[in-house]
Amino acid sequence: MIRVHSFESLGTYDGPGIRLVAFLQGCNFKCLYCANPDTIELKGGKETSIEEIVNMAKNQKPFFGKKGGITFSGGEPLVQAKELIPVVKALKEEGFHVCIDTNGSILNDYVKELMQYVDIVLMDVKHMNNEKHNKLVGKSNDRTLAFAQYLNEINKPVWLRYVLVPGYSDDQDDLHTLGKHFSTQNNIEKLEIQPYHHLGSHKYEHMGWKYELEGVPSNTQEQLNTAFNILKPYFKEIIIN
Amino acid sequence: MSKVKEMFATDLWNEQVNVRNFVQKNITPFEGDSSFLCGPTERTKKLWSICREAIKEEMDNNGVRSIDTEIVSTIASFEAGYIQKDLELIVGLQTDELLKRAMKPYGGIAVVEKACSEQGLEVSDRVKDIFRNYAKTHNDGVFDVYTDEIRKYRSLGFLTGLPDNYARGRIIGDYRRLALYGIDALIEAKKTDLAGLVGPMNDEKIRLREEVAEQIKALGQIKELGNTYGLDLSRPAESAQEAVQWVYMAYLAAVKEQDGAAMSLGNVSSFLDIYIQYDLENGTITEELAQEFIDQFVMKLRVVRHLRMNAYNEIFAGDPTWVTEAIGGKLMDGRHKITKTSFRFLQTLYNLGASPEPNMTVLWSQSLPENFKKFCSQVSIDTSSIQYENDDLMQDTRQSDDYGIACCVSFQEIGKQIQFFGARTNLAKTLLLAVNGGRCEMSGKTIVEGIPELSSDELNFDEVMANYKIAMKDVARVYNESMNIIHYMHDKYYYEKAQMALVDTNPAINLAYGIAGLSIVADSLSAIKHAKVKVVRNEQGLSTDFKIEGEFPCYGNDDDRVDNLAVQISSDFNQLLKELGTYKNAEPTMSILTITSNVVYGLKTGATPDGRAQGVAFAPGANPMHGRDKNGAIASLNSVAKLDYKNALDGISNTFSIIPKSLGADEDVRRENLVTMMDAYFSKEAHHLNVNVLNRELLEDAMENPGEYPQLTIRVSGYAVNFVRLTREQQMEVISRSFHSNM
Repeated sequence: MIRVHSFESLGTYDGPGIRLVAFLQGCNFKCLYCANPDTIELKGGKETSIEEIVNMAKNQKPFFGKKGGITFSGGEPLVQAKELIPVVKALKEEGFHVCIDTNGSILNDYVKELMQYVDIVLMDVKHMNNEKHNKLVGKSNDRTLAFAQYLNEINKPVWLRYVLVPGYSDDQDDLHTLGKHFSTQNNIEKLEIQPYHHLGSHKYEHMGWKYELEGVPSNTQEQLNTAFNILKPYFKEIIIN
Repeated sequence: MSKVKEMFATDLWNEQVNVRNFVQKNITPFEGDSSFLCGPTERTKKLWSICREAIKEEMDNNGVRSIDTEIVSTIASFEAGYIQKDLELIVGLQTDELLKRAMKPYGGIAVVEKACSEQGLEVSDRVKDIFRNYAKTHNDGVFDVYTDEIRKYRSLGFLTGLPDNYARGRIIGDYRRLALYGIDALIEAKKTDLAGLVGPMNDEKIRLREEVAEQIKALGQIKELGNTYGLDLSRPAESAQEAVQWVYMAYLAAVKEQDGAAMSLGNVSSFLDIYIQYDLENGTITEELAQEFIDQFVMKLRVVRHLRMNAYNEIFAGDPTWVTEAIGGKLMDGRHKITKTSFRFLQTLYNLGASPEPNMTVLWSQSLPENFKKFCSQVSIDTSSIQYENDDLMQDTRQSDDYGIACCVSFQEIGKQIQFFGARTNLAKTLLLAVNGGRCEMSGKTIVEGIPELSSDELNFDEVMANYKIAMKDVARVYNESMNIIHYMHDKYYYEKAQMALVDTNPAINLAYGIAGLSIVADSLSAIKHAKVKVVRNEQGLSTDFKIEGEFPCYGNDDDRVDNLAVQISSDFNQLLKELGTYKNAEPTMSILTITSNVVYGLKTGATPDGRAQGVAFAPGANPMHGRDKNGAIASLNSVAKLDYKNALDGISNTFSIIPKSLGADEDVRRENLVTMMDAYFSKEAHHLNVNVLNRELLEDAMENPGEYPQLTIRVSGYAVNFVRLTREQQMEVISRSFHSNM
């Protein structure tokens, strides 16, 4: 059983092709810009069986085409790494393509085992500057960078994701640092720049939380282009999501 | 015939009227991409700008540019009309002036009078005198015969949109026949048929003899219509331009004689391609000219107009004509039917801009060439003007590879089969009979006898189901009776002689019934089954609201617990209809389709056990209710795909709206994802999909600034409309629908 917050059956942003995205309940980060704050609480979610998830994937199989599959996102799916192992194993036995969308902050034996079955890891790096990472997330970025290093060692394909928050994570030097750091890792297949949006802010209100990034505007096209041009030389492929 | 024989490979089509055989023998399937296509010529641009100007005048003038109140429209009535004669390669208008509407009082004189008076005009005394005092109309005939029961069902909203005061439409003439054979040969063939219709002279035989005699007269009038424009339609077409012109003349005859709700074109593109290909190979035309023929043809189809009352807009919003053209599909021998002219038809959406008409319908098969699939996907993303139907499913089930789409979504074998349009019945309102002892929940009138009062206000699934079955059976009976009357009278007083002249004598007939409210019924039954539902009643004991405790699965989430209820109800009701005898022994079929009547149905239906409040619009067609599909677009598609086409052979309409970004981050990905989705949806034996790729904000802006969006097109249930031509209420309903967004 895994605890699921919700499903999106037409996922087009979380891995290749059309994907069934399972947003798992619970996260160990609390990012200021989190678009799904209702998935942070570690408790709750709907207990969902392996069979249920495999059946959903089977029902959707024709929609996956040649590239698509299932993505576990969240929340932070690796919070439930132990429970995910049999689920992902079962999906792989049925021939499905599986991605994990993670902040890379949990690396234990369960995660290591799980990584054997996963096709692509979508890894969010929130910030390269540890201090700013702390400010944005409330935690250090050490673990994320170590996780990335581990994925490189086991040669696991990674799509790196970086949310570009104006005034928070778009400093040009920081972007160069990001590029330089990961340009040496061969397993990084591409970088996805995620434009900042405040689509989730209404949820904060609903939950009685304060939205700390109140007033931060969405990226201008120019800001996106600048970041794109800075980061482009460092990666095999780069896109703006 | 001699020249045509030399131009093309000969076969059966030379010995009998058999266009399908001609197409099979001569088609050139095309695998390439869209790079060969041409933009609009200067002539096309000029002509279309004149049309656009006229359309603007029409919009500014209460939706009608002008009406001829003197001449009764017939096949050969009116002098020739032009947009601008020297620029026109394909000629012919319904009247002598662009967008001038004509009276067709055989449907009903009162309707024509009302439509005119709503525009501040009056029908001429002569016409009034004839149709009030001497000639009987379809509408007169029907209402002479309607029972009190039918009238009650009709006025209370159990049956809505019945074609009893407007023409039934839906019949598709094989307009290609005129081009392939010419009038003279067609008259000869019909005369032979007539000569073979001999005794004993029973009702059926006499009726058929009269029909064929009428058809022969109609063919003579089509020849006259050609003469008005200086065209010799007595002989076959001998060039691409003539082929397009001849086909259009045949269609024009139909829309001059009839103002049926839907006047489909059929599947002419693969046929016309043969002539175009011939001329291109012989160097007599260029690609630019070939495209120009199609652009001009399509332009003519876009300015087809019928005279309607304002009230008509409630059920068929936005002044639609349903010039439905079915493009693509495959042949029984395994080859596909994609030709360069399939591309050329879709290209008109770029050359002339987006448009609801003609109603472009792609017959999707898994085996269509990838290049064509990609092009369709691109056109959908750019224009939201295409609908898709499952060719693999229809061909397997109906065993034909030469069919068109009647109206919105309905299969019709071209030239071999027709259908009787049946509008639809309200199954959600019927469900309320089951909880109100057979009384209408709004008026309190008894509709169905023999339904017991419920034992408790806390609804019991088995009890409600048992009552619902009684209600459905009676509704089916009354519905059937109304259909038989309507089509008997339509044949008698408003027979489609022009179209039927281009169809085999004594064709097969489908009686096309329809249902609305399926998703509400499924969710209501699911609520009763899986949650606690309590009825709230007024002092008359009629349900006014339902209190729901607990959760229940909703249709649209790929959940069998509720989806199976939708499957079962559609099967049950279809079965009830099948058991009833029909006029002319038509074969009953059923659609799950609403057009835009989902709004008016909502108004006429009280609160339902799924938690829907009184008056709230239904979901269109077979769509899940707005906002209840919580698991995203594909789960929603999966639910609809479960409905069995065999139980709804008239079609299962699903309208899918998505914001562009949700299809993917960039153009290539979006195009590819949409192709994958379509392949997948239809691989699950789903029947139909309207595809809208639009931002909600765009529609909101169009509501506020209609002048800036004259061509904004949006697919609704089974057809497309100019968004700005919808009423505000309908616009709001469209905007409130699920726009799938995964952001």
